[in-house]
Amino acid sequence: MALSLSTPAKSAGRATDPAPRDSPLRRKRNRERLRNLGFLSPWIVGFSVFFGYPLVATVYFSFMHYNQIKAPTFVGLRNWRYVLEQMPLFGPALWNTLWLVVVMVALRVVFGLGIGLLITKIKTGVGLFRTAFYIPYLAPPVAATVAFVFLLNPSTGPVNEMLSWIGLHGPNWFNDPNWSKPSLVLLSLWGIGDLMVIFMASLLDVPKEQYEAADLDGAGAWAKFRYVTWPAITPIVLFAVVTGVVQTMQYYTQALVAGKLASGVSIGPGTVIQPGYPDHSTLTVPQLVYSLGFQNFNTGAACVLSLVLFAIAMAVTLLLMRKSVGLIPAED
Amino acid sequence: MALWRFRTRVPLALGAAALLLSGCANPSTGSNTDDPTKPVTLKFWHGWSAPGEVEAIDENIARFEKLHPNIDVVSTGNVSDETINQALRAGGGDAPDVVTSFTTNNVGQYCSSGMWVDLDPFMRKSGIDKTKVFPKTLLDYTRYEGVQCATPLLADAFGMYYNKDAFEAAGITRPPRTMSEMKADAVKLTQRNKDGSLKRAGFMPNFQLYQNSPDRMFAQWGPEYFDAEGKAKLADEPKTEDFFTTMRDLSDAQGGYAAMERLRARFGDEMSSQNGFLTGRLAMHLDGEWRGLMLDEAKADFDWAVAPLPVPDDQADTYGRGYLTGTVAGIAHSSRHQNAAWELVKYLTIDTEPVVRFANAIHNVPSTFEALKSPDLDADPAFRAFIEIARNPHSQAVPPSNNGGQYINSFGDFSQSVEAGRTKDLHRALKDLDEQIDADNVQSEN
Repeated sequence: MALSLSTPAKSAGRATDPAPRDSPLRRKRNRERLRNLGFLSPWIVGFSVFFGYPLVATVYFSFMHYNQIKAPTFVGLRNWRYVLEQMPLFGPALWNTLWLVVVMVALRVVFGLGIGLLITKIKTGVGLFRTAFYIPYLAPPVAATVAFVFLLNPSTGPVNEMLSWIGLHGPNWFNDPNWSKPSLVLLSLWGIGDLMVIFMASLLDVPKEQYEAADLDGAGAWAKFRYVTWPAITPIVLFAVVTGVVQTMQYYTQALVAGKLASGVSIGPGTVIQPGYPDHSTLTVPQLVYSLGFQNFNTGAACVLSLVLFAIAMAVTLLLMRKSVGLIPAED
Repeated sequence: MALWRFRTRVPLALGAAALLLSGCANPSTGSNTDDPTKPVTLKFWHGWSAPGEVEAIDENIARFEKLHPNIDVVSTGNVSDETINQALRAGGGDAPDVVTSFTTNNVGQYCSSGMWVDLDPFMRKSGIDKTKVFPKTLLDYTRYEGVQCATPLLADAFGMYYNKDAFEAAGITRPPRTMSEMKADAVKLTQRNKDGSLKRAGFMPNFQLYQNSPDRMFAQWGPEYFDAEGKAKLADEPKTEDFFTTMRDLSDAQGGYAAMERLRARFGDEMSSQNGFLTGRLAMHLDGEWRGLMLDEAKADFDWAVAPLPVPDDQADTYGRGYLTGTVAGIAHSSRHQNAAWELVKYLTIDTEPVVRFANAIHNVPSTFEALKSPDLDADPAFRAFIEIARNPHSQAVPPSNNGGQYINSFGDFSQSVEAGRTKDLHRALKDLDEQIDADNVQSEN
């Protein structure tokens, strides 16, 4: 590993000719070791506190009964059996999360790339379009969701009103279990500004000479995209897909706010928000983790769910990083 | 690395990790040895947030401080159960001494975990016989497995609001008392648009509407959720299937579930001016006593009144009953001033005068025998109707559980599946639901 604390010289020396305890060579190595540790310490501390410890604690508590008041007690695989075999909401939550990962991430990447291509191609009004597509991304997630629920309100929203002008009967959007997830996807496409900027930067970075050479060879638009643009931007596409998968695995705020608002039920201090309205169609695994961990204080089961989520995110990421998927450029 | 170093460092690291992990489970513990006559500052967390409510609770606190000049109360409003739950688990010096909860669902969790202290020793010390102070239903929902960790701080009763103008136009002379009468009246009150869609529902039984959770409707049947051993018995409870059949009939008679859902999707927020009952799209509607004040404030453009929700035909003699719940108050386990805290809890929940004054101010149902028969109670007929529901011996609260009423959520999910027609074999599905509830309860056992 590039960031090894041991230098190659040290390893070689140790194997063959260990330096005396107080030799200058050993002192030099110790200084190097301390210096390297110093440089690495922010990462080591951050990794240990914000990833290592939480991960170890999550594994530990997944085998414990712990209500966050009394001391944890070991319960073996009970939490795992409960989540995987007995908890009816696990299935819908996992299905919704995976549905969003597949549909939302794919559409966001395609749409973001499409908008990026469009804006890099048009000759006039680039600044206007770029701003228009980027500004929604700046809206806070809760505010954006509130606005969308208002726009898509089946009774008073302008979208269904406009659909009725052309004789279409608009759906119930966030109130219909069949339309609630597509509505969330629409919301995510509206805030496509982040991906659009990344794709624009990568598209502008493709060497112009390659397009000129392709023109000389008589390549059409599709051929240029397939053989010039795509190979150049695949690392960015990979980045967009991997970060999209990870973010969607953590999808929480928009689904919770949309479900709550669409239900019409007022939330007061005595009301416990049951996520997933309507009919658990917007329930995601992170929402279930929160409900189990911080509403029911079923810490063990919440930790099991977190680990399942972590395992799926890792597996999907590793799959995407395989060359056979086509997002890692082939080595020459 | 030398082997001896490895052998030393690995157990050390593991030991440190174990200490770190188990260290999360040490919330601070309080004390009940304080002298309540000594100067002290109590932190009081409550859920009230509307200006009138905050003014009323602050007024009660001011009177308490006048009675107990040595006790200074710092109150914080609009605090949710989640915040209380998380704060008391986290511990720390700023945790509250006296806490309230707007739901009774969490009482089992508070009592069984020890997060709210047992109040029986304090009551004994004060010479209070709780059975002579609080109605049994209210006592039941403030204790769990013998631990009385809360006292009722006003109650909520649920009844039926009805549009008197619509009743008159439909030729209905009095509110329905049985489910058959309700179905007949609902059909008469239902109105349709030109395209056949619902314009107004007589009564919408859909479980996702506002306060229509199935446990509140099911209270009219007087069901038992658990057997003597604490096992769920919804499948063996004959009232369960009758409840779902009756609700389905009621819905079908007015156009069916899908038509009702299309109408419901057009309602605005429950607490807004677009509330379905306030806008005249519902002729009869289940709600709590607070809705009366809101209808007055919103200046509803129709005449309305309150009656108990009808009961099943074979239980006509129980007419007048309703679902009960309420705000509860308790003392945090981490409080170091538990005797002083008890003085505040006693004043707010047991002393008749503050209970009556607060009930009148926020139109909640008083929670003690003395307050319920107080001549000083507001004479508003709608408010009185809810007081009668609270007094009815057949009125019912749901039994507490140790996991925040998870079985109520499971029953709610199940009911939504039934009303949407996704459950084919109701009895088999109820058996599965019972197993699910039992599994959830076992999972939460301490």
